Amino acid sequence: MSDPASLKHTPLESAHVTCGARMVEFGGWFMPVQYSGIMDEHKAVRSASGMFDISHMGEVTVEGPGALAWLESLLTNRVGKLAVTRGQYTLMLDAKGGVIDDLIIYRNGEMSYFLVINGACRDLDLEWMRSRLPADGSVVLKDQGDDYAAIALQGPDSEKILRSLYPACEVPKRNGIAPLTSSAAAVSPLVARTGYTGEDGFELFVPVADGIALWESLLAAGVKPCGLGSRDTLRLEMGYPLNGSDLSSERTPLEAGLDRFTGLDDPEKGDFSGRPALEQQRTAGLPSRLTPLKLTVSGPPMRSHYAVFAGDSQIGETCSGALSPSLGEGIAMAYLPPAFSAPGTAVEIEVRGRRYAATITTFPFYKKP
Amino acid sequence: MNVPADLRYAKTHEWIRVEGDTVTVGITDHAQTELTDIVYAEPPKVGAEVKAGATAAVVESVKAASDIYSPLSGTVTEVNSELSANPALLNTDPFGQGWIYRMEASSPAEVEALLTPEAYTAQIS
Repeated sequence: MSDPASLKHTPLESAHVTCGARMVEFGGWFMPVQYSGIMDEHKAVRSASGMFDISHMGEVTVEGPGALAWLESLLTNRVGKLAVTRGQYTLMLDAKGGVIDDLIIYRNGEMSYFLVINGACRDLDLEWMRSRLPADGSVVLKDQGDDYAAIALQGPDSEKILRSLYPACEVPKRNGIAPLTSSAAAVSPLVARTGYTGEDGFELFVPVADGIALWESLLAAGVKPCGLGSRDTLRLEMGYPLNGSDLSSERTPLEAGLDRFTGLDDPEKGDFSGRPALEQQRTAGLPSRLTPLKLTVSGPPMRSHYAVFAGDSQIGETCSGALSPSLGEGIAMAYLPPAFSAPGTAVEIEVRGRRYAATITTFPFYKKP
Repeated sequence: MNVPADLRYAKTHEWIRVEGDTVTVGITDHAQTELTDIVYAEPPKVGAEVKAGATAAVVESVKAASDIYSPLSGTVTEVNSELSANPALLNTDPFGQGWIYRMEASSPAEVEALLTPEAYTAQIS
């Protein structure tokens, strides 16, 4: 592991240590990978509630009379359809249509937007955005990544827990954002109803100084601390891509199956960075598709960079994989030629020189009972 | 952390138990704690030649695959078939039902290069 001293630290680190976290390097950050165990944490989020430190993620505020038009040119789907207090998942592409980042944008005022970006590419995202700001000063961009501590509260009990802490408040609906305050609570978070687990849940943003108090209030409400390990297995069971593993500048959102998060079919969406490349790719046909796989025999857990074979030919490699804690089977995703992406297609995955039978399946791997 | 007094240890966190000509190999309590939930074990094949310090088996947690190095050189005589159905035995009983393989050592003197329980305890403290 890298020297922790050279890594970035979240405002919640002392709370992780108190909770018995095992800490690892992730995208330049010193982060908890697990506390009680990945299986245990995964199951807590599927059946009750869990919380994740997401303070490594970046927050960016974009304001001004030119904000909307500028964001429309920067992001793949139509920002103009967002009412105040509403948010959406979106992508930021380079000129080739490759993914720079996937993010969530909320409209939190008439001319004000709040963007939550991935922790590992904060600097890259900001550089890209700043280099494209209009010269007339009509758009003001503020990097607030170091201003917030952030916690994702996830699981079917999330709403009940949030209501118990903020009894008089209206909690936001799915994809909504709202500030919550209560005379009974020590801190007043900005709360977005979203997540990365496939369960109901909220992402809570507070000033750095309030981070530990928020963590402790959730802990006292019975929420289980969860690390990056279970965050990864939970998102993978849903087929949610992870930037850096499943998304990159080498792949477009169309190859990743994220067409519905582009404005290509929205007549009111204008040009945006990467749009011509996406249209060209649509016309020419996709070279590959992000395809869900599962082992059909008992075998080792699948991981990233395992070769995928059809007969004697290697047709791709896995970009993410795990033993699904909910399903008890090996699951993975891989960019494969479209000819091999139909559900039921038989393939093989090579692990340490041995091939294991697998089949193409459908997203999501896990469906709520 | 449990470090039984009747075993010898490799720096890489494997243990051996010598009973006559048979040597049983497993991973330590410390190793299983570090690896966390073990979900898959790939022991060597019976008859395989293993070399001291070389990879002989693989165990995988949800998060990562880890090589298990043979503490001694020799021939594998038996593998723990229970592990394929129940790899969690490596977590729950690492020095007992969670053993990985048995072997016949070709260079018994290699045992002297392994750590005593006291030395291994010092290493992990």
